[in-house]
Amino acid sequence: MISSLPRPAWLRAATALYVGAFLLFLFVPLAVIAVFAFNNAPYPAPPWHGFTLDWFLGNQAAGRVGLFRDTELLGSIWTSIVVASWVTALSVLVGTANAFLMERHSFAGKQLLSVLMLVPLVIPGVILGISILALCSRLAELADSLFGLDLDFLRPGLVLVVLGQFSFVATIATLMVSARLKRFDRTLEEAALNLGASHAAVLRTITFPYLRPALIGTAAISFLMSFENFNTTLMLVGAEPPLTVLMYGRMREGASPVLNAVSLFLMLASALLALSLMRGGRRPARAANAAAEG
Amino acid sequence: MMLAVLLTPALLWLFALIILPHIELALLSFRERTAPHTYVASLMQYRTFFTEPLYWRVFVRTAIMSALATALTLLVAFPVAWIIAKVARGRASSLLFVVCLIPFWVSETVRALGWLILLRESGVLPSLLVRLGITAVPVELLYHNATILIGLVYTSLLFMVVPLVSSLESLDNSLIEAAYNLGGGGASILRRIVIPHAAPGITSGCIVVFMLTLGNYLTPNLLGGKNSQWFTELIYTQFIVRFNWEQGAAFGFLLLALSTGMVALGLRLSGQRFVDVMRRT
Repeated sequence: MISSLPRPAWLRAATALYVGAFLLFLFVPLAVIAVFAFNNAPYPAPPWHGFTLDWFLGNQAAGRVGLFRDTELLGSIWTSIVVASWVTALSVLVGTANAFLMERHSFAGKQLLSVLMLVPLVIPGVILGISILALCSRLAELADSLFGLDLDFLRPGLVLVVLGQFSFVATIATLMVSARLKRFDRTLEEAALNLGASHAAVLRTITFPYLRPALIGTAAISFLMSFENFNTTLMLVGAEPPLTVLMYGRMREGASPVLNAVSLFLMLASALLALSLMRGGRRPARAANAAAEG
Repeated sequence: MMLAVLLTPALLWLFALIILPHIELALLSFRERTAPHTYVASLMQYRTFFTEPLYWRVFVRTAIMSALATALTLLVAFPVAWIIAKVARGRASSLLFVVCLIPFWVSETVRALGWLILLRESGVLPSLLVRLGITAVPVELLYHNATILIGLVYTSLLFMVVPLVSSLESLDNSLIEAAYNLGGGGASILRRIVIPHAAPGITSGCIVVFMLTLGNYLTPNLLGGKNSQWFTELIYTQFIVRFNWEQGAAFGFLLLALSTGMVALGLRLSGQRFVDVMRRT
């Protein structure tokens, strides 16, 4: 019942209980990851054997490879960063262009285009992955049989991963930049033009500064979504797995607290990103929304 | 001129990465290999799906489990959304909202790892159960249907909480007060005022959660193990393991059909437009 109406004691108690149980449900899985990253035992399982930093720093005597010495893991983090940077750059560019296209121009087929732009969000990530894989390998075969060209980048690998992730991150970027551009007061631009500013100057001194927070937010979200993507990536990955795919493979092989260590790092990084974005006064709803997509 | 410059990236993106790949996928699914490098148009891939009980059972199972997960997510998320929107005030409300969002900033892989550590036979919860004397030996809590459902609800909560909160926030408190003054009880207020008002939010949330659950691979696979039998796993197997792309493409299209079919049904039942729903979430 709402706060302005009388609420019996049992209802208050039930509410508090529910919130408590809900928060436990949300945070216990994350808390156990953090705790067992420091357990002095080869498996991330109880009982507690004492505190250690071996899973971060490594311990040659005990044959433990810590996160900071695990070249394969570190390499996959770097791969993820490279992929995410490309996806971010492409998505912000195309998203901004799309926002101007949809908010500032009218043309035949605009309605259809606006629906098409949302479609990537409704297609399961696995299917985005296999369809791009199928098209690219068809193109590679064509190039091979027609011109004798060996187009390696069309084979499963990082280029395809970037394209696959970009195919739906671009939609999120478009939505985020459009939302901000829609609220822009165009009389500001008109005033500047009346006062003799060139179009380029207006864009640089008025429109762009206004859009800046949205662009930064979009970049952060695009990066996060790419970094965390699994479904689409799994279908397109080649010999160099990004972090999520490598972690998945290791989780299937068996448990090691090194995975807890790297997860703890990811949690801290995401928390920092979330906090800095929220400080910017933005509601991260849509962003986080999309983060699990794909 | 400007229009052409802006149209190019949009059309390139949509044609090269969405439309053409799906045409290719459709072509793949409607052909059959008769000899090496020889293909004929055929419906065989789809026929196999319907004649092989394993395939369509997994398909139906995935659909039912996704629907269950969606319903459960709604049940869990609704009270929280209500508390955020109507009970908690000011800072407490926004704090609770932010706290609800935090786990979803972490990768799904990490979240699944947390559940693995909690639920596996040597994990935290089974050993807690032994210590409390509830079970004599540690029990395996992974690889059950219920485990998969818990994992799916956990990953989906956010997509339900956000649209629910925004639709409940727009409900005018005075309507509830009026109903209360007129003698309405909790249940009838919920049924006759709150739910009709929140219907768009409920639909948006359900559509998105169902879609994401249906297309999920990681959570059912890790928490369900061999028992997960999720349809996306069949697609993966056909495409990556068996290299039978024709069959995999047909499976992909069936999943896409189910997904869009349910979205369309949800929109129809609630009388909403696709564009509005997507904008809301």
